[in-house]
Amino acid sequence: MSTGPTRPAGSRATGVPPVPATSGTLPVPTSTPTPHRRPTPLHPGAWWLWSLCLGTAATRTTNPLLLTLLIATSAYVVATCRPSTPWSRSYGAFVKLALAVLLIRLLFAAALGSPIPGTHVIVALPELPLPDWAQGIRLGGQVTVESLLFALYDGLKLATLLICVGAANALANPTRLLKSLPGALYEMGVAVVVALTFAPNLIADAQRLRAARRLRGRPDKGIRGLLHVGLPVLEGALERSVALAAAMDARGYGRTADVPARIRHTTTALTLGGLLGVCAGTYGVLTAEGAAYGLPVLLAGVTAALAGLHLGGRRSLRTRYRPDPWGTRAWLITASGVTVAALLTLAASADPQALHPGVVPLTAPALPLWPAAAVLLGLLPAFVAPKEPS
Amino acid sequence: MIRFEDVSVTYDGAPEPTVRSVDFEVPEGELVLLVGPSGVGKSTILGAVSGLVPHFTGGTLRGRVTVAGRDTRTHKPRELADVVGTVGQDPLSHFVTDTVEDELAYGMESLGLAPDVMRRRVEETLDLLGLADLRDRPIATLSGGQQQRVAIGSVLTPHPRALVLDEPTSALDPAAAEEVLAVLQRLVHDLGTTVLMTEHRLERVIQYADQVALLPSPGATPVLGPPAEGMAVSPVYPPVVDLGRLAGWTPLPLTVRDARRRAADLRTRLTDKEPEQHNSPPAAPTPTVPAARRSSRFHLPFRKRPAPAVRSTPAPPAEVHSLSVRRAHIQALREITLTIAPGETIALMGRNGAGKSTLLNALVGLVEPSSGSVRAAGAVPHRTPPRDLVRRVGLVPQEPRDLLYADTVAAECTAADEDAAPGTCRALVSDLLPGITDDTHPRDLSEGQRLALALAVVLTARPPLLLLDEPTRGLDYAAKARLVALLQGLAAEGHAIVLATHDVELAAELAHRVILLAEGEVIADGPAADVVVASPSFAPQVTKILAPQKWLTVAQVRAALA
Repeated sequence: MSTGPTRPAGSRATGVPPVPATSGTLPVPTSTPTPHRRPTPLHPGAWWLWSLCLGTAATRTTNPLLLTLLIATSAYVVATCRPSTPWSRSYGAFVKLALAVLLIRLLFAAALGSPIPGTHVIVALPELPLPDWAQGIRLGGQVTVESLLFALYDGLKLATLLICVGAANALANPTRLLKSLPGALYEMGVAVVVALTFAPNLIADAQRLRAARRLRGRPDKGIRGLLHVGLPVLEGALERSVALAAAMDARGYGRTADVPARIRHTTTALTLGGLLGVCAGTYGVLTAEGAAYGLPVLLAGVTAALAGLHLGGRRSLRTRYRPDPWGTRAWLITASGVTVAALLTLAASADPQALHPGVVPLTAPALPLWPAAAVLLGLLPAFVAPKEPS
Repeated sequence: MIRFEDVSVTYDGAPEPTVRSVDFEVPEGELVLLVGPSGVGKSTILGAVSGLVPHFTGGTLRGRVTVAGRDTRTHKPRELADVVGTVGQDPLSHFVTDTVEDELAYGMESLGLAPDVMRRRVEETLDLLGLADLRDRPIATLSGGQQQRVAIGSVLTPHPRALVLDEPTSALDPAAAEEVLAVLQRLVHDLGTTVLMTEHRLERVIQYADQVALLPSPGATPVLGPPAEGMAVSPVYPPVVDLGRLAGWTPLPLTVRDARRRAADLRTRLTDKEPEQHNSPPAAPTPTVPAARRSSRFHLPFRKRPAPAVRSTPAPPAEVHSLSVRRAHIQALREITLTIAPGETIALMGRNGAGKSTLLNALVGLVEPSSGSVRAAGAVPHRTPPRDLVRRVGLVPQEPRDLLYADTVAAECTAADEDAAPGTCRALVSDLLPGITDDTHPRDLSEGQRLALALAVVLTARPPLLLLDEPTRGLDYAAKARLVALLQGLAAEGHAIVLATHDVELAAELAHRVILLAEGEVIADGPAADVVVASPSFAPQVTKILAPQKWLTVAQVRAALA
C-alpha cells in the first residue's frame, strides 16, 4: 500500500519526459508532439447507425456463438476507437447492465418455469400450489437444462442489444449527436443537453453535502443522511438552473426571426397533417385490411412532417459552428453496420436452423461459417475510424 | 456607451428601492469599476445593463438604461446579446456546452453568424485569451482561472461593445487573477471594449480602472469620478490606499509602484521602529497547553518524536506525519509533515490545485491518507465517528452554505447543540451576528453572515482545531475585518486555526505561520513575516511598498507611527 518516498518526476502530466540518467544514447524526444491536433471528426450519427445495425443483427439470431462474436466485435471497436472522455466510460456501465439482464432472465426461468418441455432435470424446487384461476402460472417446480439454456440464449440476445447501444454511447458524444438535429428541434435538443450536464452536477452536490453532514458530526451514511441532504441538493439544482437560464438568455438563446404568417400557417398544416398521416399509415400497415393504402399514406405523412420541420427551421436564426461532416469514413462505417444487419437477416431466412439452434433435444450450437464471417465485417470501423491521440 | 438615466430598481415585495437615482454614463472604451460595500446593489446595477434586471429577475425599473443606443425597456436580454456580454460570479453556471471550443461558438450560433465568421473569431479569441492549448478540453477539467477566461471568451466572440463582469477574480489565486486581468487590460486597450465591473478585492483591480463609480451606502446615489478621488472618500479601499491615507499622500497612490515612489520618506520614519508583533503566537500560557510544549513549537516539524515522552502531555491539535494522498491517479499530497500547536494561526497558501483543500479534508477525515498518518487531537480522523470528531476538529468549507440545512437560524442552533449544552450555539450566534433573529432563513443571510453562522455552528462543539477553507471569498473589507477580529479572539483563547486562502492581505493580518504548498509538497514553512516577505506573489501590498523593511499590515505601521 505504501508508496514510499518516491517522487515520479513527470507524474503531473506536464509532458516533460523524465531523462534517463544512465543511458548511453542521447534522450530523443519521443515523436515531436503536435498537441491537440484533432483528427477530422467523425459524424456521431455514423457510430449510432453502426451500433444500431449491429443490434438489429443481434435480434435475428439466438445462436450464442454468433451473439458472443457480435459482442466481441463491438467491444474491440470500442476499445480501439473510443476517445478519452467522460462519457466514453459509460461502456462499462452498459456491460454490467447487460449482465444483470441476463442473470434476471435466468432467475425468472428457474423460478417461474418455462414453456420449454425438458427432460434433463437439474434440480426440483418445491412447487407452490396455486388456485385454479391462476392456471398457467407456476412457481417453483422442476428446473431443466433445456429451459435454462433457452433463457440463456434469449437473455444473451437482449444483452447484446444493450451492449451495442452502450458502444454507441461510448463512441459518439450524445451531445454532438443532438447538435445535428434539424433547426426546428434545436430548442428541444438544448433542453436535453442541459439535462445531461445536470445529472453529474447533482451527484457532485449530493457528495459534497454528505461530506458536510460529517462535518456537523452526523453520520454521513444511511437513509436519514440522504433525506437530509435531498432538499438542499434540489434547492442548489434549482438555483443553478435559474442562473443558467439567465446566462443563456443573456447570450441570445431563443432569438427568433420574423417569419411571414403564410409560412407559419403552412408549417403548422404540414406538421399536423404529416403526423396524422403517419398515424393513419401505421395503422394501415399493421392491420390486414389496410395493407393497400397503408404504405403510401405513411410515406406521404413522413414527407409532409419532414417538410414541416424544414420550414419550421426558418424561424430559428441559428447557424452551426463546424458541423461534423459526413465523409467517406462515415459512409464506410455505416455501410459495415448495414451489411452485417442485412447479411444476418438474409441468413436467418435462408438457414433458420443454424441461427436458432434448438434446445430440445439438447445439442451443442454450431458456428455457421458464413454468418460468422458476415459479423466480422462489423470490425471495419476499427481500421477506418480516426484514432484519438492518446 | 452605457447610460443610466435616473434609474431606480424595486424588487417585488421590497419596501423600498434597492438602488435609486442612478444617473451616470460609462463612456466608450473605458473600464469603470463599481465600488461599494456588500449589499448596496452593485449586482442590480450590473444586471440592469444586460436587461436581466428586470426582464429576468422581476421587479420594477424606473428611469431608463440604454446600451449602445438600445433601451433595455424595449429590448430583452437576448436582443442585447450582440452589444453586451455578461459574465456572472460563478463561471460554471454560465456554461451551456461541454468543451471550450463549442462554448466560444455558442453565443455566435445563437446570433446566427456565418460559419466562416464564427470559425475566424473562435481562432482569434483562442489566441487572445491564451486558450489555444485547451480548445478540445472538457470545461469541467479546467482550473478556476481557465474557466473564468473561457467564460469571458464566450461572451467576447459575438464582439459585444460592452462587457459586464461581476466579481471576475474573487475566487481565483493571485496568478490566475492576473491572467484574467491581463486579458481585460488588453481588451480595453487594444479593442476599445467598454467594461463595467465589480470586484471586492480592490487591490487587484483598482489600478486598471479609468473611472470609479462609488456607491457608499444602500440607496445612495452613485458618483462617477477618477479612481484616486473616489478612493479618498470610499468606505472600502485596498491597503495601498489605506497606507496613502495614513501618510497623507495626495493624490492617493493606487499602485504599489506609485506608492513606493512616495514612500522613501515614510521608510526613513520607520527605520528604527520594529513591527509590533501583534501576530506572533500568544505569549500567555493557555489553559489547555502546558508551557513546556509551547517553547518547542517551531522545532516540532523537524523533530523526531520520542514516543514514550509524549504520553504525559495532551496531544497537540493536529499532527501530520509524512502524509501522502493519491486520488484518481493524481498525487494530491506528498510526504507532508507538520505539527500544529494550540493558539497558533496558520495560513495555507499556494495556487489552485496545490493541495490545500486536500490537506484540510485529510485533517477532518474526509480524505483517507494513502500513506503516512494524521492525528487530530490524538484521534485518527477518518476512523473516528463524526460525533466524536466534531469535538476535536471543525472545518468551515469553501461554501459555508453546505453546512447549513435547517430552515431557520434557531433550528440550525438546536441541531448544533446536540453536541453541547443547550444554548451554546445561540450564544455564539448572538456574539458573532448581533441582531439576527431566530426565524431568519440561512439563505437570506449575506455571505459574511452565513460564514459567521457556519463558524458558530462549528465552534459549538469547542474543537481545539479550527479549519477554514477560503473564508474571505465574497466578503467585503468590513466583513473581512470582523472575521479577522473574531479569529484573533479565538486564537487568543487557545484554538489552533488553519486557513487555506488566496488572500495575501488576510494571511498577513492573521497568520503566525505561513505554509506554502506547491504540487502537494510543502515548499516553505515558517513565521508569516519571513515567508511572505520572501515571495513576490504572496507578499501583501504594504510589504511591497515598504520593502526591505518587514512591515505586513497598515495596522502595524499605524501603531509604529502613533
